[in-house]
This record gives sequence, C-alpha cells and structure tokens, in this order.
Amino acid sequence: MIEVVNLCKSFGKNEVLRNISINIEKGEKVVVIGPSGSGKSTFLRCLNCMEDPTSGEIYFGGADITDPRVDINLHRQKMGMVFQHFNLFNNMTVLKNLTLAPRKVLKKSKAEAEARAVELLKRIGLEDKANAYPSSLSGGQKQRVAIARSLAMDPEVILFDEPTSALDPEMVGEVLELMKDLAKEGMTMVIVTHEMGFAREVGTRILFMDEGRIIEDRNPREFFESPNTDRAKDFLSKVL
Amino acid sequence: MQDFDIQVERFLVQFIDKQAYKEVLQGLQNTMIIALYGFILGIVIGTLIAIVRVLPKNNMMPKSGTKIVRIFSYIRSYVIPKLLDGFCTLYVGIFRGTPIVVQLLVFYYVVLPLMGLERIDSITVAIIVFGMNSGAYISEIMRGGILSVDPGQMEGGRSVGMSYSATMMKIVIPQAVKNILPTLGNEFIALVKETSVVSFVGAMDLYKTFRSIGATTYQYMVPYLTMAVIYIVIVMIITVLIKLMERGLRKSDRSR
Repeated sequence: MIEVVNLCKSFGKNEVLRNISINIEKGEKVVVIGPSGSGKSTFLRCLNCMEDPTSGEIYFGGADITDPRVDINLHRQKMGMVFQHFNLFNNMTVLKNLTLAPRKVLKKSKAEAEARAVELLKRIGLEDKANAYPSSLSGGQKQRVAIARSLAMDPEVILFDEPTSALDPEMVGEVLELMKDLAKEGMTMVIVTHEMGFAREVGTRILFMDEGRIIEDRNPREFFESPNTDRAKDFLSKVL
Repeated sequence: MQDFDIQVERFLVQFIDKQAYKEVLQGLQNTMIIALYGFILGIVIGTLIAIVRVLPKNNMMPKSGTKIVRIFSYIRSYVIPKLLDGFCTLYVGIFRGTPIVVQLLVFYYVVLPLMGLERIDSITVAIIVFGMNSGAYISEIMRGGILSVDPGQMEGGRSVGMSYSATMMKIVIPQAVKNILPTLGNEFIALVKETSVVSFVGAMDLYKTFRSIGATTYQYMVPYLTMAVIYIVIVMIITVLIKLMERGLRKSDRSR
C-alpha cells in the first residue's frame, strides 16, 4: 500500500532519516517507536509529504508522491493524519471542522457532509459538541474530533503523530480506545507513540528507530520479549 | 480673545444661514468615501502582497516528465514566486519610502498624464493612491498576522487534502484577521486623518470645506477648531465600532 524506497531527509546538515526502505501493507497497524530525536515523527510526516523528503521515493496508490508533479492533495485525501497538537481549525465549529474538507475537496453536498459528520460525532460520543468551538473542548475531546475529521474523508490509511503526547494522563485512555476500535475495524494505521502498552496490544508490527534508521522491524510480541539490538534493549529497559 | 464671540457668530452665520454646512457635509462624505474605499482597496492589496510574501519558495525539480514540463514546473513553483516577491518588496519600499502627499502629486501630475487619463476625478485618484499606500502598510500587518497563526493550522488543512490556497483563505487568513483587528483599526483611523491632504489634487474634503469658510469670513480660528472636533468625533466613533467588532469576534471563539 505504501512503499518507501531509500528515503532520506536532512534539515540543513542534520541528517534525520538515513536510507529508509519499507513496505506497509493494507490492514497493518505499524507502530513506530524509538528514543526522541530518532526521526520517528519526521519519518511519519514524510509519508504524506508534510515534510518533503531530501531524496528517495514513496509510492502510494501507484504513484511516487514525492514527485512535485504528482498532485499531493489527491493522495492526502486518502491518507489521514492525526497530530500531536490536534490542529483543529480554531475558527470553525466542530461540525464545520468535519464538513469543510468533504465539501471543499470531495465536493459532497452540505446535507451529505453533515449527515456523515453527525454520524461520526455520535460514534466518538460528542454529538452534543457539534456547534462548539475547539477552544471549548478538552484535549481528549479535541483529539477525538481530529480523528473524526480525518475519518470524514474516508481515508485508506491514517497516520498518527504522537496522538496522546500532549494530553493530560486521564484523557489518554479515551483517545487510545477510539484508536483501538479503528484498528479492530481493519483501518490501516501508522502510529508514532510512546504508549508501549498500546503498541504491544494493537500493533501488528513494530518499527524501532534510532539515529534515522529502522533498526528493528518485527512483530510486537517478539520485539518486546526479546529485542535483537542493544539499543532497543536499553530503550525498553528505560520505558517499560 | 475678546472678539471670540464675534468670530463664533460670523462662523455660524456662514455655516448655517449661508448654508456652508451643506458643503461641509459633502466634504465629510468625501473624506469618509476616500478613507473607506481606500481602506478596502488597501486590504485587498495588502492581503495579496502578504500572501505572496509568505508563499513557500521551493526549488523543487520534478522527477519525471520531459525537459519542457520540468522547466515549466520549475518556473511556476520557484521563478514566479520569487519574481512576485521581488516586485512586492519594491512596491512596499516605494510606498513606505515616500510621503503620501508626494504619492498623490506624482500620481495625479505624472502617472495619469503619462497614461492619458487626465480626466479622472480627484476623489477616484485619492481612493486609488490611499488604497495603494495603505496596501503597503497593511501587507506588513497582514504578514505578521499570518505568521502569528499556528503553522499547525496550515498542516491540519493540508492533511485532509485541501490545497495551500484553500487552507489559506478558509483557515489561516480568517484567524490572522482576527489577530490583527486592533492594528487594522489603527490603520483605518490613521487613514481617515491622512486624507486631509487630498485637496493637494483638488478633492473637496473636510479640510477644504472649512478652509473655504475661513477664506470667506477672513477668520480661520473657529472653522479649524470645529474641524478638529469633527475629526476627533469621527475617530471616537470608529474606535467604538472596532471595539464592538472585536468583542463580537471573540464571543464566537468562546461560546458553548
């Protein structure tokens, strides 16, 4: 589904990603973990060209989306993204947050887009917040709305960039629950997170990154029980 | 000062009995028309310049396609934004670098004749010049406003497949405008007062009508004093309107 070939990214002289090649299949729940500064977020942000790769290719839907000639907006419709800081549209109500892109990009009618939005809001248990502005929501609510916003586009894959890192501890649960539900329904997900329990439970594949490389790519049980590399052992001993 | 009463009386005779107030109202109207339309033009120009200035200038060569296609795409994504940016820098430099009176005079006596448009009326000229002038200032205010919006807002819009320009117009600019509203109000107030120089190109504004009252009665003290009071009242009214607008915008932010 997503094929990454020799992906490199540098910020000036700082090499953040070094030659990453990986294939992500439909239905996989790929959890990317690693120490801070290892390039996890940058890797994720390169997948939908939120960050332009310095070199390498990313194939999605048969096209190399790193080519500036490819219409990236078309591909991003099918590749949802959930951010650490939610990035809800602050000037719009929750309902408008969910209907803006379906109407503007997918050219859905107002009624159609709103029906879908209300359905999604019910699903995340926030239908009473339809007319509220993001500033009046709690962090957990914001993140659930952000997930609903990407679901409103009916994406084929959703990228999660540390979705619970900016939340109060008591709100982490509600967001993880929603993500678990999505996983059960078969959504393809790529998740950068520090929630090891979640990674173990939901992930079908763990990518352990260090210094811009993927140094372990294994199933969660094996990875958590017997990491191959010293770096991963060291990391797990600190976070578990 | 013992003849202040007499001066007031003469002024009132001219102002009311001889119906100079009609001219003054006309002048007031012209002042407000020039300021308002100039301001609207300024916002349009300023927003366009600000967008050009914050536009990403990526030197991104496409990986595929024929040489012509690649060169074309390079020109579109890099050369044109760079050129526009240079033009905007020049524009802002010129309009911030010369006094508004000079701009009025140059436009009226140099630019228009060169274009063969001498017959354009002076109110229109004033609107254009004040619009272009305030556009230069508003562009910087607007640019600051756009930069003050969290970059995550742009990313949020792009992540659901919206284009750069759609996200800019729907998400970023509305928030930028809210942030800069007090400064924009300030700019409008400055504009209202600056229009008092439009008589340099023959437009009849508030100042010119009071000057003509002074010239008729041979007394300038009372007319000019009255004029000052009118300006203050206008500015106070605008100030209140801006406050109300700000409060309205903030309310929509917090409600529920």
